[in-house]
Amino acid sequence: MDPRLITAIIVVVGVPGVLVGYIWGTEQLLRIFPERAKPRIRPWLWLAPAFAFLGLFLVYPTIGTIIRSFFSRFELNQKFIGFDNYIWFFTSSDALNALKNNLLWLVFLTLFTVALGLLVATLVDRVRYESAAKSVIFLPLAISMVAASVIWYFMYAYKTPGEQQIGTLNGALGVAGVGPVPWIQTDTLSLNTFMLIIIMTWMWTGFGMVIISAALKGINPELLEAARVDGATEWQVFRGIVFPLLVPTLAVVSTTMVITALKTFDIVYTLTNGQFGTQVVANLMIHEMFTGFGDFGKASALAVILLLAIVPIMGFNIRQFRAQEAVR
Amino acid sequence: MRSRWRFITPVVTLGLLLAACSGGNNAGSPPAGSGGASLQGQKVTVIGTWSGDEQTAFLKMVKPWEDQTGATVAYTGTRDINTILTTGVASGVLPDLAGLPGPGQMAEYAQQQALQPLDDVLDLNTYTSETSPGLVKLGQVNGKTYGVFIKAAIKGLIWYSPKLHDYSSSPPATWTDLLSQGKANQGNAKSLWCLGIESGAASGWPATDIVEELVLHSAGPEVYTSWYTGKTKWSDPAIKQAFTTYYNDIVQNAYGGGTTAVSTNFANAGDPLFKSPPGCEFFDQASFITGLGGFKAKKAGTDYNFFPFPSINDQYKTAVEGAGDLFGMFHATDAAKSLMKYLVTAQAQDIWVKIGGALSANKNATDYPDDISKRSAELLAQAQSFVFDASDNMPADMNSAFWTAMVDLTRGKKTVDQVLSDLDKVQATAYQTS
Repeated sequence: MDPRLITAIIVVVGVPGVLVGYIWGTEQLLRIFPERAKPRIRPWLWLAPAFAFLGLFLVYPTIGTIIRSFFSRFELNQKFIGFDNYIWFFTSSDALNALKNNLLWLVFLTLFTVALGLLVATLVDRVRYESAAKSVIFLPLAISMVAASVIWYFMYAYKTPGEQQIGTLNGALGVAGVGPVPWIQTDTLSLNTFMLIIIMTWMWTGFGMVIISAALKGINPELLEAARVDGATEWQVFRGIVFPLLVPTLAVVSTTMVITALKTFDIVYTLTNGQFGTQVVANLMIHEMFTGFGDFGKASALAVILLLAIVPIMGFNIRQFRAQEAVR
Repeated sequence: MRSRWRFITPVVTLGLLLAACSGGNNAGSPPAGSGGASLQGQKVTVIGTWSGDEQTAFLKMVKPWEDQTGATVAYTGTRDINTILTTGVASGVLPDLAGLPGPGQMAEYAQQQALQPLDDVLDLNTYTSETSPGLVKLGQVNGKTYGVFIKAAIKGLIWYSPKLHDYSSSPPATWTDLLSQGKANQGNAKSLWCLGIESGAASGWPATDIVEELVLHSAGPEVYTSWYTGKTKWSDPAIKQAFTTYYNDIVQNAYGGGTTAVSTNFANAGDPLFKSPPGCEFFDQASFITGLGGFKAKKAGTDYNFFPFPSINDQYKTAVEGAGDLFGMFHATDAAKSLMKYLVTAQAQDIWVKIGGALSANKNATDYPDDISKRSAELLAQAQSFVFDASDNMPADMNSAFWTAMVDLTRGKKTVDQVLSDLDKVQATAYQTS
């Protein structure tokens, strides 16, 4: 029999079997405890698999990475070198450039996606073809990052002046009588980094839009009616009522986007691999791991730096989320 | 909604875990019986860098072996062979046979005992008599053969269009001749050189090839070797000279300048040769270009032709730079051994070269589709001193810094002196091994 078929059967039959078996097993185990203790023990037994998975796949590698970041480059001959890998990060021009680009990603990706998401969500809120419009904008999120990069590679394609421009942008510029611009290769004012951010914005605007739109629907229409009856203009309604009510949602969307920006990798790897001054931290990490015979020390340090940057934002995100849930 | 996810997530996680486990079992293909056993139904997993036409050609090449033995080849093509093998060696999940990024990595994997020696697998006498000694030696580590070239290429061929000017009867003998004759015969061509060094994540490599050829022909194979082994500094006058020549003679005279060069894919870089009026007169690229870009649709001999890299220092004029696809074995199963043995034979190699765009390391493979491939194969077979692509021989750190340096130099972001000092800094640590 095809091994894939066996795998499929194991997954379909085996997985629910194991789960049911586990729950049954815990109940058997609980019998040995006195009746009063059961409610206190049961949740922990149910949580145990999750803890085991988290421990094995998240906590253990995280601790391993942190430890590895204090050791030198060679796998077989690791020397403890203290903070040298971190010192390297904050003194190497490559790494600092990556950090600068990550900051650009963080600020502008967040700004663009939240602003555009808010704009679209508000504009289509009360039109007839709302769901069609939202679907179109949400669609790019379903495309893989690499595929999106390839699509935009053709948008940005550059040919020598005088030749037929196959890139959409340069084709349009040609019609307007302006010379072609090498979008991806020009790092003046970080133009190319912005071009890469636009790709990500194209993909993630839909995400912001959907969440903001849901929050808009949650606003009590009576509030808005009351304001209008009192003579408020639409702009005043938006500024004074809608926007303040949306702030917690915007915070959640923003923090999600900040995390996405910090983790940026695929687009940069596919389109430039960090060349032309577009390096970002995650790509630098892959670079350290897989070029040379792997400097896992530096790569681990980069991973830890990204982690440290993301954790507080994630914490904030969770707090916001909880606060919002409490309001509901 | 939230409560439903709570249930689904562990199911999915567990499912993935099980799938991963069962996948792992397959990868460690079970050892076959003794040597004489039938290979019927066995599978050989192969990972290589070929896709598209090259992949089709490879599969065509292994077809007779499959028919004969009843075994099958499961081929996966990837552009990320470095990443796959690095993680594979660390985790032990490796294909039976794989393309290797270069001799440097091959030696590393051999020392880690991940690669299996091929001395008992190949018919060594036949193999060494049929293959250029330079290539045989590059596949060895401590006297044992770990890698074989199942495809070769010769670098530093200067391509031109005979329609603009036919150089076939009197090719330029020296670099100075090349520049002066080129200027004299430029006709309505817009520039002297075509140049394109974009190649995705590996952008810059085509320019490293040109610098290597310049080093080889001006300073000779010894300096060339001491340079890629990290003993000659980048700022050494011999190396600096090559960078300066590249920038002054090629980039400054390139079609569309450095901007076009860094944003044009190497495969399409030669296409302006065929335009009317031509974009350029010369295009420096390896023999494999005939299978790529605009070359594929054009006719060898009438639409394009080549002459060998001209001499710079007469002492080194017969030196040739080549490259190729090294192949190694990670699991010594009977089927893998049998396939490895088959791949280097003239019979198999003939299928490969007949399709075009490839040269064989095997001198007895002669089924080339046209005169041009035949001539480049002869150059390869007759080379008095043969050197391997220097950048592919450098530690990957150094190699990738070299690529980036060429991109920055070509687009005018950095000067020759700046990139050389950057490269010297990388050289200081890249060659450490412990």
